[in-house]
Amino acid sequence: MSDWTELDRFLQTDPRDVGCDRAMELLHVYVEMVAADADAAERHPGVAVHLKACGPCSEDFSGLLAAVTEGES
Amino acid sequence: MSYLDLSSVHLMVSAGRCDPESREWLLALSSTGPAREAARDRLYALLLRIARGEVHRRGGGPFRIAGPESDDVAHQAAADALLAIETKLDQFRGESRFTTWAYKFVMFEVSRTLGRHFWRRPHASMDVEAWERLPDRFGLDPARESEWRDLLAALRRAVDEVLTDRQRQIFVAIVLNAVPLDTLVEELGASRNAIYKMLFDARRKIRVALVANGYADPQGLRAR
Repeated sequence: MSDWTELDRFLQTDPRDVGCDRAMELLHVYVEMVAADADAAERHPGVAVHLKACGPCSEDFSGLLAAVTEGES
Repeated sequence: MSYLDLSSVHLMVSAGRCDPESREWLLALSSTGPAREAARDRLYALLLRIARGEVHRRGGGPFRIAGPESDDVAHQAAADALLAIETKLDQFRGESRFTTWAYKFVMFEVSRTLGRHFWRRPHASMDVEAWERLPDRFGLDPARESEWRDLLAALRRAVDEVLTDRQRQIFVAIVLNAVPLDTLVEELGASRNAIYKMLFDARRKIRVALVANGYADPQGLRAR
């Protein structure tokens, strides 16, 4: 069987996806929840879904999380 | 000239919605004279440190930026972030630490600044329909072409038949030519959200077409 997981994942869309504007509006709150080990994805499922699907927003999320956790270490 | 709605800043501070450090930042940045200048300088230094770290972190990405150019990007991003923060200070609601909120603008500005750098790469193009790159983009093994050839042909037909011109343009740029989405933001003068939404709709329509033609079901893609 061929492995087309990546293509399959790319074509999957989730109606809960809140889009870039809403995800970025909440990013600072979401990142602090993740850094504090709170259940960010449960509180904001639409943001979690979006960050999995959107490369640029995911990059901003990773960068902000790194900045915040670096500041704490 | 004041960028700030000082009444909302002071209201939030007096209502105790901020942690003490955030409150200090807000009061200093909404003050006047030397105190404000000192706070701006201190914030800029912090933003620059974060921007340098972020540009370095993304160095291995599609923008391939290093050396003095990398530091130029960091300075530009930090300066633009500072301006955005000053303009939007009255929008800070105390839902996070002030610095977390402020660093968010660094991320946005690093993304935006790097997006503009993509065209400096040789052979960068957004319009060429290089369909032969599709298998590699999705990690399909050339040795097993017989298993995915029909599926990709069906996908290409779906792109031709069900996407609008704009959705097709976005699909070709991002998927076939690996143009970063933030580069398209600059190129097309649209927001990141608008481009993401167009690609989102394109992905959904392609999948619906593949399902209708027997190449996918709720469990995933499959050979017909």
